[in-house]
Order: sequence, then structure tokens, then C-alpha cells
Amino acid sequence: MRFKFEIGCVLVLLAAFIFTQSGINRFYYFAGFAILQYVMISTAWNILGGYGGYINFGTAGFLGVGSYTAVAMIEFYSAGIVEQIIVAGIIAGVIGLSIGFFTLRLKGVYFAIATLALAIVLETFVNNWDYVGGAAGVSILPPRTPELLGIAIVDRKGGAIFNNNKEFLFFLMAFLAILSVWVARTIEKGKLGRGLNAIKDNEEAAECMGVPTLRLKLTATVISGALMGMAGAVFPSYLTFVDPPTAFNLEFAINSLAMPMIGGTFTWIGPVVGSILLGTVQQVAIVTISSELNLLIIGVLLVFFVTVAPQGIVGWFMKKNK
Amino acid sequence: MTRFLKSRMRGAIVVSLFAAAFTLTTAFSPVAQAKDTIKIGFSMALTGALAGGGKQALEGMKIWRDDINAKGGMLGRQVEFKYYDDQTNPKNVPGIYAKLLDIDKVDFIVSGYGTNLIAPAMPVAIDRDVVFMGLFGMNNNKKWKYEKYFQILPAGPEPAVGFSSNWFKAIETFKPKTIALLAADAEFARNLKEGAIINAKRAGLEIVYNQNYPPKTADFTPIVRAVNSKKPDIFYIASYPNGSAGLVRAIAEVGTDAMAVGGGMVGLQFSGLMAGLGPNLNGILNYDFYVPEPTMALYPGAADLIKRYQNKVKTEGLKTDALGYYLVPWAYAYLDILGQAVNAVGKIDHDAIAKYIHKTEFTSVVGKVAFGDNGEWTTSRTIVVQYQNIKNNDLNQFAQPGVRKIMYPEDIKTGTTKLFNSLR
Amino acid sequence: MEFTELLLNALLAGIMLGGFFAALAIGLSICFGLLDTVNIAHPTIIVGAAFCTFLLNDVFGIDPIIAGILITPLFFILGLGIYSLYYQFFEKQSAEALRGLAFFFGLLFIAEVVMIMTFGVDHRLVSAPYIGNSYTAVLAGMEFAIPYRLLAAFVVASAMAIGLQLYLNKSFFGRATSAVHQDMMALSLMGVDPVMVKRVAFALGLSTCGLAGALMIIVIPIEPAVGRFFIGNVFAIVVLGGLGSISGTLIAAFILGIAESVVSTFFGPSWAPAVSFAILLGVLAFKPTGLFGSGDTR
Repeated sequence: MRFKFEIGCVLVLLAAFIFTQSGINRFYYFAGFAILQYVMISTAWNILGGYGGYINFGTAGFLGVGSYTAVAMIEFYSAGIVEQIIVAGIIAGVIGLSIGFFTLRLKGVYFAIATLALAIVLETFVNNWDYVGGAAGVSILPPRTPELLGIAIVDRKGGAIFNNNKEFLFFLMAFLAILSVWVARTIEKGKLGRGLNAIKDNEEAAECMGVPTLRLKLTATVISGALMGMAGAVFPSYLTFVDPPTAFNLEFAINSLAMPMIGGTFTWIGPVVGSILLGTVQQVAIVTISSELNLLIIGVLLVFFVTVAPQGIVGWFMKKNK
Repeated sequence: MTRFLKSRMRGAIVVSLFAAAFTLTTAFSPVAQAKDTIKIGFSMALTGALAGGGKQALEGMKIWRDDINAKGGMLGRQVEFKYYDDQTNPKNVPGIYAKLLDIDKVDFIVSGYGTNLIAPAMPVAIDRDVVFMGLFGMNNNKKWKYEKYFQILPAGPEPAVGFSSNWFKAIETFKPKTIALLAADAEFARNLKEGAIINAKRAGLEIVYNQNYPPKTADFTPIVRAVNSKKPDIFYIASYPNGSAGLVRAIAEVGTDAMAVGGGMVGLQFSGLMAGLGPNLNGILNYDFYVPEPTMALYPGAADLIKRYQNKVKTEGLKTDALGYYLVPWAYAYLDILGQAVNAVGKIDHDAIAKYIHKTEFTSVVGKVAFGDNGEWTTSRTIVVQYQNIKNNDLNQFAQPGVRKIMYPEDIKTGTTKLFNSLR
Repeated sequence: MEFTELLLNALLAGIMLGGFFAALAIGLSICFGLLDTVNIAHPTIIVGAAFCTFLLNDVFGIDPIIAGILITPLFFILGLGIYSLYYQFFEKQSAEALRGLAFFFGLLFIAEVVMIMTFGVDHRLVSAPYIGNSYTAVLAGMEFAIPYRLLAAFVVASAMAIGLQLYLNKSFFGRATSAVHQDMMALSLMGVDPVMVKRVAFALGLSTCGLAGALMIIVIPIEPAVGRFFIGNVFAIVVLGGLGSISGTLIAAFILGIAESVVSTFFGPSWAPAVSFAILLGVLAFKPTGLFGSGDTR
């Protein structure tokens, strides 16, 4: 079967849809949304970080840009969420391109610090941009009965596809997450992926062999950034409130790094595994242990996995089954 | 890298992960609780930036719970709390309230501490159509216009403006002409400054400086000098704890000719900072909610509540604010009002409870409370205090009257506003 | 005339502030700049030292700077321990930098939680006779005021930087440290155990946290999570100055301090972070190894 993976994707999407139609406790949509968002973010990060070896510390910057593009569009003309996502993706991609132009000539650690600097600069700009609320933040009211192409998507009284905005957002996030995984896998198996790996192993050698390193790195950065921007765009509608510290939170940068690493950075499955595992642990911890011990658990988990399973969980499984 | 996992292997990993994930979450769902308790659920900032206030608030809330249970509880049933740490991160809030309402099946929800932590819970509350009491949030209901939301913050119907209106009255005695405004780049401070600007314009003041500073600023001396170069009569500051401390220090070091300094400096009400800054605070004119001055007997029970809190901190060795003036009475009050309303209505009917709260003037530890249409207080009762007679860094002097004299409102004042530099 | 006074004061304040930043970054300059260990927990360890200083000051009334000196050996030992762990699990297997990074992230969280559980989340300050006062002078009709707490930071930081630079240049271990950064194999061929050199160097870098922590609590109020504010700053300073150069770090710290001070004074403090980091990006665009970095860009 040629399109085994694609069929698998559709099946998972279908499962997500059925999940939203079941009358299950709404808490699972919230937790699920958070986890799926991280699946997308980790996968996006891994395209540049795992395949190419260029560590991006500025994940929060791209996410924040996505979120605030969405906010600006809502303020401007009450844009629908699909438009927000597309435009946010484009803008984040453009930012990825421009920052890539300047910093991809730098190696390793310099690139990482430059991305961190970028995130801070972006956050400062947003802080001073009063149209989207500036540092004070802004409240977003989601539309009561949104429609897409004339079909009612959400209606609390029934008669639409979803009963509740959160179910819709959950499904949307599932769709985006699956999309990003598909993109990552396609890259991994194709020329771009091989080129990125060559760069990761030894960039000079790759250049000597004629690999167009700058072009490949830029492509990866643009795709990675665009996906992150799209993930960020859904955020304001989910939270109904955004302010710069939330949109540009350091937690995103840390998790987008930790999750692929725990899962395994060399394949598309790694970030998925890592984000589902760490994401679930975090969500559960918030509503159970719920105290400063949360942080302790994450810290210990991080140290543990990174010490015991150097190639991530996936790598560990693979080694066991050689 | 291009090593294929056998599809069965891949499938096994993913399936087992999902199974583990699902089991984890369901395993932590609480078993059926004792039937006869009333559960109140909320998120609270126990770690993160607002934890200093959040932890105080939680202790105040626990004292209320113990008090009401001693009197027979709510509707004859004992009250029980179910709360989670939101880590001062708004992102965690919706999930927490969804769990509280849908899985923990709490009977009532109240908010966490602070505008940003209340905002993401609004749609969840609205969706479930439940009464929602808010603690120290500004204008959370402005866009939603939810009729079951009520707020404990004595700022009045227009919170941002009402917050500082008393402060501007207190400085009228100096007949000022110019004003400099500085705010932290964060929600509460920015809102305060916007309100202050409106008040300043109403008072006919000319704005000679209007800037924000990033929350991580380490050194404020350049900012204070820049303000001084404009020679303002009034220096209004809206800041968060670390900024408040930094500015008080910087002003002590650089000096200023302004006639009045202060306004909306959060954190100066916290014990750690009061003791740490000591005499540098003399002359600062700031907002406050409750201080140990004799005229505050207007708040029946507040003094007693604070004593109990202070004892609790000592005896249980709690790592929270030693004095508890800032949040404890209000955290007690927002639950107290809910409790009074529920007991008056006689059953768990959120519509009826909301209507009752709207039309009633409550008597609580923070005095008389009445709510307007948008859930905010009908009158502004922020008090204005001036720090005076601080001799050293001893915390105990702040627990006595005479150090934070009340300048406004008129009916409870214990001192007159003096020029900033005359007190240093 | 007033403009000049304002400008000069801003420059002066900027240099003092730069001194403070330098104190925070100098340990990292060794750990990260010379040894390639991405110790992202560095600012949080400094906060830990700040709390220790607070304890000594609160309970025994010891002057903060003296307290800082007293706890320095503690952090040296801590550094030895952390590096041994790090070496055992990561460096020995030449793991990629990313894994070491995760280790230090984990350390950051663990340290923060320990502080929250021990000290609580409230803000702390120290008191000393010179805090809250400034040194004033009138020169050419212009008034200058330097707060003592920033002056203290500047003096101590400069002393640390000069001391470390001398150590690296003159002492055996110091030169071995620079050598291990350049060529580990050659060093071991000369009979020196590179691992021990690195361990001592890392411990040295971490020992600066003692004094840096004391300075931190003198300059700003602290609480357990405050270290996160400085992560961006300290790494930016080390990178801007160039990896491997202590004097570079010092100068970079001054540049960023002055930038923040001048922008705050004349353009509005809100823009200060953007300007500081834009400077970093700008420098990296033209000189990818930082101002004084050695040619090795790995």
C-alpha cells in the first residue's frame, strides 16, 4: 500500500472527530488541546533542530507572532479562525526567512542565542503595540456561531458540526498537528531531510559536496517558523485572553526543546512521543499534585531521560529491538 | 536516521503511549466524595510572579472555610475546597476550571488572584452558567457583560479610574500643575496608569512625562533622573513589587523635587518589602486597602481576622506574608459574600444567587459591599496612605498605627498629606 | 547643559549597571565560553547564592559582600560536583550539546523548587548602611549621583574580571584552561589531565556565583524565579563579547548596560530590551564570533 502513512493520518483525524462528538468530559478537550499544540510545536522545532542540528531558542517568538497576528486580525475585522491561521503562518514564515538570512551564517550556539534575542525583541515590540492591547493584554470574545463557507461550525443549540467552541478548537488543533507531522515526515524522507542531516553531521563537508546549505537551512527555518506561527494563531481563541508574557512564555521554548529530545530527534515519531508523554505528565500534574513539585517533576524527568536514553525514547526502543 | 521502524513496532509505541496517557488522567479522577459536602473550586497562584499574593489569599480563604464550617457550613453542609496551582500562567486556567467543573464536579467556582488569571476562566464560567466571584481583577467583565460575575476590588464601577481618584483628591492640597507618569509594562500597572491619566486630565494637570518600563529593569536611577529633568510636581507610579522596590531605592538615592510620589505601587504592602525598604519609604503616598489605623474599625472583624492570620503564620510556620494586610481580608470577603448569598437563597440555584447578590448590600469584614451591573463595586473605597515615621527596618513598626497614616477618604483620615521631601 | 548632565549621568549609570551584569555573566564566560557547557542554570544558581547571602545577613547581620565572599568556597565545591555529574553522563560520551542543555534545564527547575520550598515565594531584600544612599559629587556645575549599591557591584565585578583574567593568563591552571579550550589532545599529550582542568575551571566559574549572588540581592529584590529574567541577558553578554574572552564579556556587559541606561533615559525604558538585543543581533551579523571571540566558530 503506497499511502499507508496518509491513510493512517486520516484515520487518526477521524478518531479525533469522533472524540469530539462523544459526550465525554470537556476537560479532556482542554488537556488534549494543550498536548496537541505541543505535538505541533515539537514537530515544527524538530525540523530545524533535530534534522538540521540548529537549535532554536526562540520558539516563543514565532508562537507569539502567530498569536498576535491572529489578535490583530480579530481586532481589525473579526477575521475567521482559518484566515487567522493562514496569515499567521505566512507572517511567521517570513520572519523565519528574514532572521534566517542574518543568523544562519552563524554556527550552533550563536544561532541559538540569536533566536533567543529575536524572541525578546519581538516581545518588546508587542509590549509597545497598543492596538493589540500592549503589555496589558486583550480579551477576545469568540464568535457565538462561527461559520465556514456557509456551514455552521459551532452552535450550542445543536444543528451544527460541533456543540461547543472548545470541541471545534480541539479538532482544529488535531488537524494542524497531523498536518505538521505529515510535513515533517515528508521532509525526513525526502531530499530536504537528507540534506539537513548532512548539514548536521558535518556542514563543511556537505558544502564541499555541493549541498546548498544556506538554501536548505532557510527552507527548514521558514517551514518550522510557519508551523509554529500557525500553532500560535489558535491560541488566542482557546484562551480568550492574551498578553505578551503568556504568548511569549519561556515555557514554550523549554518544552519545544525538551519534548523532541526526550522522544528522539532523528525521526518524526520522536517529537510526537516526547510531546504526548511530557505533555500528559504536565497536564496531569497541574490538576493533581499541583504545587511547586510540578517543576521538580519536570526537572527530574528531563535529567533522567537525557541521561538514561540518549537517543530519546524512540532510539531506546530501536536499540532494544536490533 | 533513515531507519524504518517496523510498522507494528511503531504502532505498539503509539498505542501504549496513548493507553498510558489515558490511564494516568483517569486514574487521578477522584472517587465519589463524601456526599454531604459543598465543594468550592478555584485556581490560585501558588508559584510564579503573583504567588506572594496568592498564598496569602489562600490562607485567608482557609480561615473563612473553617469559620463557616464551625457555624454549620453552607446550606447545612460542610464546605470543602478543591484548588490547583495555576503557576501565574493564564494558559493553565481554562483546563483547571474545566476539570473542576466537569470532573471534580464542584458546586461553586471562585477565581484565582489577578486580572490575567481570571480572564481565561470567564468563558468556562459563562459556558456552564455559574456564579463566578473574582478576586482583584480589573475590568474582566467589560467585554463579556456576564450577569453572574462579581468582583472584589474596592475600585468602584470604573475600576481603572476609581482606583486612583482618591489619590488625586489627596494631592489637591499641593495645587500641582504638572505630572509625570510611569508604569510597569504589565497588565495592572498599565490599566492603573490609563485611569490615572484620565484623573490627571480631569484635575487639569499637564503631563510632562509618560513612559512604561520593562518588568525586568534592574536599575531605575536613569529613569528617575529622566523624570526629574522634566521637573514634575507630581510623580505617579504604577508598578509591580520588584519595580516598586527598585523605584523607592532609586528615589532615595537620586532624590526628587516632586511634591508627591507614589500612587499605584503594588508590593509596598507586602511585609518583605516594607521591612526591607524601611525608612526609604517615608513620604511615599500610595494606595492601600487596609492598614492598622484606628479608623479602620469601619471594617468590622478585619482587625480580628488579621490577628488570626498572623497567629496562624507563626504557629504553623507558614511561608507566606507575615502581616497579611493586603489580600487576607478580601480573600475572606469574596467567599463570605458567596456564602451569605447561598445561605440566603437556600439552594444551589445560580440564577437566583446571582440575582440576590446584585440586589443586596452585604456586610462583610471589609465593610458594606454592593455590586453594580457589571459586577464591580458601586463605590470606590481605595484608601490613600502616606508612609511616615518609619525609623528602621523592623517589621513590627508596620503592624502599629502611625506609620501608614490614612489621607483619604475623608471620613477615616488620620493625617494630612505632607510634602514628600518634608518627611525624609 | 541639562542634556549633558543627563547624558553623563546616564553613561555613568550604564557603566555601573554593566558592572552588575558583568558580575552575573563572568562565571558563564568560563563555563560556557571556555568549556562549552551550556549552563542555563547559572542565573538560578546565582539566585541561590543570593538567598544564602540573605540568610547570613538576616540571621547574623553579616554585611552582604562579606557574606558573598564567605559562601564562595561552597559554590566552588558545588561546581566540582556538578561538573563531575555532567562529565560522567554527557561529556565522556561526547554527547551533543543539546543533551547537556537539557541536563542544565533540569538543574534549573530543581534549584528553583528547592528555593521555593525553603524560602517561600516572597521578595527578599538585604539591608546595609550603604544601601539606599549614593555618592554625590558636583563637577563643572553638574550634579552626579552614583548609588552605592551599584558602585559596589561595579567595583566587585571589575575586581572579579581582572582577577580571573590574570589567573587565566598567569597561573598554570589558568593557562591550561585556555589550552583545553583550544586543543584538548595537545594538552593531554603534555601530561596534563584535561578532565581535571575542566573540572577546576567549571568550579571556578561557578564560584563566582557566590559574590554575584551577594551583588544581586544588593541591587534588586529577589525571589526564586527571578533568575529566569537574566538568562537572556547573561548569554547575550557572553556571546556578544565573544566566547572565550573574559575581557570581552566585561566590555559587552558595559555596552549593554550603557545601551539600557541611555535608551531608558532618552527614549523610554520600554524599548531598552529591544535595543540591547538588537545590538547583539547587529554585532553577530557582522562579526559572527562576537566582539573578541576567537576564530573558532563551532
